[in-house]
Amino acid sequence: MCLAVPVKIVSIDGDEAETEIAGVRRRVSIVFTPEAKVGDYVLLHTGYAIGIVDEVEAEETLKLLEEIASLSEVH
Amino acid sequence: MKFIDEYQDSKLARGLARKIAQRSTKTIRLMEFCGGHTHAILRYGIRQLVPRTVEMKSGPGCPVCVTATADLDKAIALAHLPNVIITTFGDMIRVPGSYSSLQKAKAEGADVRIVYSTIDAVEIAKANPGKSVIFIGIGFETTAPTIAASLLRAQQEKIENFYVLSLNKLTPPVMKALLDSGEVKLDGIVCPGHVSVIIGSHPYEFIPRDYGVGCVISGFEPLDILLCIDKLVEQIEKGKPKVEIAYLRGVKPEGNRKARQLMDSVFEIDEANWRGIGIVPQSGLRIRRKYERFDADKAFSVSLKPPREPKGCRCGDVIRGSATPLECKLFRKVCTPESPVGPCMVSSEGACAAYYQYGATEDS
Amino acid sequence: MDDSILLAHGSGGKLSHELVEKKFLPFLANPALSKLDDSAIFEASGRLAFTTDGYVVNPIFFPGGDIGKLAICGTVNDLAMNGARPLYLSLAAIIEEGFLLSDLERIVQSIKKAAEEAEVSIIAGDTKVVNRGQADKLFITTSGVGIISPAVDISGANARAGDKVLLSGTIGDHGIAIMSQREGLKFSMTLKSDCAPLNKLVSQMLEVSSRIHCMRDPTRGGLATTLNELARQSKVGIVVEEAKIPVKEEVKAACELLGLDPLYVANEGKLVAILDPADAHKILARMRKNRYGRGAAIIGEVTKEHPGKVVMKTKLGPSRIVDMLSGELLPRIC
Repeated sequence: MCLAVPVKIVSIDGDEAETEIAGVRRRVSIVFTPEAKVGDYVLLHTGYAIGIVDEVEAEETLKLLEEIASLSEVH
Repeated sequence: MKFIDEYQDSKLARGLARKIAQRSTKTIRLMEFCGGHTHAILRYGIRQLVPRTVEMKSGPGCPVCVTATADLDKAIALAHLPNVIITTFGDMIRVPGSYSSLQKAKAEGADVRIVYSTIDAVEIAKANPGKSVIFIGIGFETTAPTIAASLLRAQQEKIENFYVLSLNKLTPPVMKALLDSGEVKLDGIVCPGHVSVIIGSHPYEFIPRDYGVGCVISGFEPLDILLCIDKLVEQIEKGKPKVEIAYLRGVKPEGNRKARQLMDSVFEIDEANWRGIGIVPQSGLRIRRKYERFDADKAFSVSLKPPREPKGCRCGDVIRGSATPLECKLFRKVCTPESPVGPCMVSSEGACAAYYQYGATEDS
Repeated sequence: MDDSILLAHGSGGKLSHELVEKKFLPFLANPALSKLDDSAIFEASGRLAFTTDGYVVNPIFFPGGDIGKLAICGTVNDLAMNGARPLYLSLAAIIEEGFLLSDLERIVQSIKKAAEEAEVSIIAGDTKVVNRGQADKLFITTSGVGIISPAVDISGANARAGDKVLLSGTIGDHGIAIMSQREGLKFSMTLKSDCAPLNKLVSQMLEVSSRIHCMRDPTRGGLATTLNELARQSKVGIVVEEAKIPVKEEVKAACELLGLDPLYVANEGKLVAILDPADAHKILARMRKNRYGRGAAIIGEVTKEHPGKVVMKTKLGPSRIVDMLSGELLPRIC
């Protein structure tokens, strides 16, 4: 549950990262996502990145939704 | 906003809605576990996009709503101790305990501060060495690792005046308790997306296996929720309940190991007292002996009057999904956000507050 | 003078006089104020509008403004929302002992600038000093008087079914700019408060049409609360379209991070106007020519259905009720 917002990592400084979403910047702890790289999107929850957004899966999901939209129109 | 806006597309939403309507033949009952989902469902009008055959019930996933009255009374009593600063997430501040609330305590002179992150609570402790800073630790598995990390950080930086009142709770055990009670017949569960980022999908496997109830893990945008409902409908129509992840961009089956490790190093599992449900075994987190000097429960003692529940309040029933807010006699008539009777109306995450704010009626 | 405010600055003696003469008068001077009589005397005839407001914003300095600018714009706007041309303001300041004089100077400069832009004079003023801890740095109360021309009849009760609802620009800017400065929220952005005097925008709108029925500025409680107030006062329903309500990306992002809804976040330089549909596009075009109306949009209309209630057609299609703000706007984790 709970709010977690996808933010983009702009720079990394040890355990912390400078992140950005639509012009809003925030310093975030990346202790749970040590493998995150600059340019990755992470899910931000109360000041911590809890996971890295899987961009490939994100694309796949959107493709699936497009398919569903066009298939369900045909019927 | 990337990874948010795309999942609000109205054309794709209509496409999903059509598919669900085409596939859904039997009446099914789904529970959205999480307060964030209840909120999103009402905010985006999801119930109007899905057919009448799909019924949605809200569950106990509002950490504020399920905090036991006695625990809240304890937090309020701690607030009144001399030289104490209470730090809490915003959600907690207006919830009525037996006799008061943190907000009332603040008005009476207690130092109660809303923080966005536990990191801020630690900073407040650093900046106020003469005071004891107690963080009210609510939330589920999404939040518990962050509280653990902040506690470890306080230890590392040798901050002596930081404490946590651990009221964190766990998701799968309370799902089991609800299913065991048999009070609400469920066909599927909309599982909390961000809890699952931490715990993964395996912990839910007992649910389809032992109860025949489908579990699909959902994100929080409207397309995420619709996709989740679509998958649940498919499962139920085929008679094949299982655990599925609809929120693949966020959740991996194994979850976030690092977060769980940190959480396990600081906390151990214990029973917990859930408002409206009672004691649920192995459903709460307690600070381990190793870190007991951070445990507010051990460091401070307060005397409490016996807890009492407000009369006529049906928050318990709403939390367990056995009643909707609309079925509570007090809803909207006596119990409103301005004069809330129970936590479900006060907490912006509670089902009653969501139903009230979005003007939910029988049809909407 | 010392570098901070002392109790003696409020006692009415030499230091008080010095404070007024050195820190306020040089910047706000006008014939009425400079007389320093017990009351300011002016002449006005016609229908007068009168309003008052207290300003206790925290932090007192924020991106895009400060408490001084807010105190002038807020009262000027309250007058303008009834179609009045603001004429004169009074300003009373309650200052906490220890307040830095340099901060006071900054704020008086802001007040001067805002008053000049709005073309109002501050003709009466007062300062009091209270013990440390008895006020949060600085509280300002401004009252204002304005004059309404005979043809104008604007009131929250005048909305009629079929009227269009116009919004002068993006919502949520002020509230989010304030929140970004609050302890613990620590996010940085280029967003500024939209704090601005709207009286010129309003007079331009009134030049173009005499069929504006209601106007209100959506301050505390946000757009949602203001629309509900108007719906209740006029006993009509209001329908708006989510897709038509302008919100800056930064505000959306900040709201996501904090779990807030932009509909409830405060604005200090925006107005809602409800007017005859025949004049809607004319007025919109005129608004867009003014720097404070560039982002103006028609966001909905008035209906006789569901009187007293505001309904929003969401981006996805379904409609839902938009209620007033209840309780406080609190950041949430869930």
